[in-house]
Amino acid sequence: MGFLTTISPAEGVAAVMLLALIAYALLGGADYGAGVWDLMARGPRAQAQRDLIAHAIGPVWEANHVWLIIIIVLLFTGFPAAFTAVMTTLHVPLSLLLIGIVLRGSAFTFRSYDATELARRRWNRVFSIPSVVTPVLLGAVIGAIATGEPGRAAEAGGAAPLFATWLRPFPLAVGLFALNLFAYLAAVYLTLETDDPALQEDFRFKALVSAVTLGAVAWLVYFLAGIEAPLVHEGLSRSSWGASLRYATGAMAITAIAALWLRWYSVARLAAMFQAAMILWGAGTAQFPYLVPPHFDMVRGAAPRLVHQLLLIALGCGSVVLIPSLIYLFRVFKGHTFRADLAVASAAEEGPVNSSRA
Amino acid sequence: MTNLLAARLQMAMSLGFHIIFAAIGIALPLMMCIAEACWLRTGHPVYRVLARRWAKGAAILFAVGAVSGTVLSFELGLLWPGFMKFAGPIIGLGFGLEGFAFFTEAIFLGLYLYGWERLPARAHWLAGAIVAASGALSGVLVLSVNAWMNTPAGFRLVNGRAVEIDPLAALVSPAMLAEALHMSLAAYAATGLLVAGVHAVLLMKDRENPFHRKALGIALTVGGLASILQPMSGHYAAHVVAETQPVKLAAMEGQFQTERRAPLRIGGLPDPGTGTTPYALEIPAGLSILAYNDPNAEVKGLEAFPSDVRPPVRVVHLSFQVMVACGMAMAGVSLWAGLSWWRSRSVPTARAFLWAVALASPLGMIAIEAGWTVTEVGRQPWIIHDVMRTTDAVTSVPGLGISLAVYTVLYAGLGWIVVMLLLHQFRSSPRADELAAALTEDSH
Repeated sequence: MGFLTTISPAEGVAAVMLLALIAYALLGGADYGAGVWDLMARGPRAQAQRDLIAHAIGPVWEANHVWLIIIIVLLFTGFPAAFTAVMTTLHVPLSLLLIGIVLRGSAFTFRSYDATELARRRWNRVFSIPSVVTPVLLGAVIGAIATGEPGRAAEAGGAAPLFATWLRPFPLAVGLFALNLFAYLAAVYLTLETDDPALQEDFRFKALVSAVTLGAVAWLVYFLAGIEAPLVHEGLSRSSWGASLRYATGAMAITAIAALWLRWYSVARLAAMFQAAMILWGAGTAQFPYLVPPHFDMVRGAAPRLVHQLLLIALGCGSVVLIPSLIYLFRVFKGHTFRADLAVASAAEEGPVNSSRA
Repeated sequence: MTNLLAARLQMAMSLGFHIIFAAIGIALPLMMCIAEACWLRTGHPVYRVLARRWAKGAAILFAVGAVSGTVLSFELGLLWPGFMKFAGPIIGLGFGLEGFAFFTEAIFLGLYLYGWERLPARAHWLAGAIVAASGALSGVLVLSVNAWMNTPAGFRLVNGRAVEIDPLAALVSPAMLAEALHMSLAAYAATGLLVAGVHAVLLMKDRENPFHRKALGIALTVGGLASILQPMSGHYAAHVVAETQPVKLAAMEGQFQTERRAPLRIGGLPDPGTGTTPYALEIPAGLSILAYNDPNAEVKGLEAFPSDVRPPVRVVHLSFQVMVACGMAMAGVSLWAGLSWWRSRSVPTARAFLWAVALASPLGMIAIEAGWTVTEVGRQPWIIHDVMRTTDAVTSVPGLGISLAVYTVLYAGLGWIVVMLLLHQFRSSPRADELAAALTEDSH
């Protein structure tokens, strides 16, 4: 645990922000992905798929989306200069992102409380279309920051650019990657949310397809990073840990695909979660020590040391309340996905699969 | 339209929209918990139906409050980067703690709304109580930030930069307690009477309905108690404003000259041209007493301050009058309810009383909007009182008019939909004759 004493408070806050971003991707991201599958629901079980999605994310919805606020608050408290640089130079995609968040957040609730069938169908649209657009914008913002364009524009001063910082190949590719990643996570999770074998097969198929396309988009992002985001590209390809992280991520991806193929859904879920977490961890640490390259790092524009220390103390005390509460929430509403999976797996599988995991 | 005006309008609209949902999000969970506690104590199923109904309303309003709150956390930077760059490290701790409170609220709201059949009865009630408590706490923490903008503390200004930052001192700035008390009570008063008004209207059509009678009783208890306590917290708040922001007090009262035995003005239309506030009913020495508890105290007038640091006096004075008038009317209706209850030991359902409650029901939300206008416009031209001007805080991003137009349409649409959905909930509220059937069904 030596690293705990060697990292600075600012690095500690930045690490928590990255962890919160990973939590947002794994939980809130899956909600976006579920919206994507809601929009793409087709065939004889389209309605059953939509019902399953609504049922699966209802109880945890609000909690899944607070992570984003935590990230924003930590950013403006701990790194105010980086925060204002991002908010100024990426005003347009962030504003559009917010409209998406408002539309899908309210439509998701309105859908549950509107009585008529027609209205419900309309709310579904208002929920699912921004579910596709918003992750693209979220990814584009993160991708744009990695290119260094927003940081340079902020440093240059003058009128803030509206489109030049983010309407570029690399940010848009990262947007596409985020969309694909979220859809993949959602499909993998949803296989565990039903005991209807036909529905399970539907989402297994979606998960496998999106796993393959995710791999393709990942290569595209990596290729474009070499051109537009050299910092991240170098971090991933040349650093001491970059190669091992990439191999581990790849191994997780293969494990997830194999587990989906064999219908070991719990294994697939774990592998997909680790895969997504490692991708984000890698991208985030490749940028280290910059929050908004090429100028804003852990020191320049950061809040005084005392602020970071207080933040870390507050985060520590807060987790004592929050983590048990979150675990309780997920145990109450998602506990069945652990138990049911074993039952379904043992019913559906032949061979020694279950005994090896039981 | 200038960028500054567009940014101010967008912020005013976002806050004005969010504040209603935030206030209801603080108070409605408490009422829902009281209803459920009554069910646990008495076993009367009508209380359970009531708690579930209010929970439905809370779910809709919480969702809109959550997304509009998310928008606000971004808008701080999207519209006011200059402010956030300076203030972020100083006030961020308050926002951070608020984030935790809000997170707790979101977790336990999920448990409450979806856990009726899954949690043991007491655990379920406890989840609701945590929602109510964390909602109140998150309100107090957000107000600590606003209080800091009015009475900045916890740093020293050197060449326009903040040094010796002390986030804990910023958290408990001089206006904090007054604002937290006043706004929390406002949330309970406004929401309680708003809900009471809805049930009063429904009772007029269906006088014996036990569902609406019990609902009216709980809503009046929460809203009425808060309304009666509110003038006291208002008095304290006025005292703090007088001490810390005398120019805001002068604008609130339409007080142009510095004078002893300053009168309290009821109504009136300040005229900055002549420096007078005609058409007001003046209570001699009233303002000196209100602000300093001393009829001979000197109250500073607007003219004691340079013209470039005076807030727009008309808007502030009129908003303040509207807030006070609404508050007084609410306290009056609440006293009526209290006296009737004291004499007959039951919730009054006389036609005249129900009408009074129905008419009073929107007043609380109007008072909240007006009070917010007083505190925000009354601080102009400063975004941080005496430290940073609003003009220096606004973003350099061009074309904010478009953003304003889009968000206006978005919020207008959302507001309309919420009203429609809630009206639908009210229309489908159980009538006395349907209640029996609903209750037997519910107990299965």
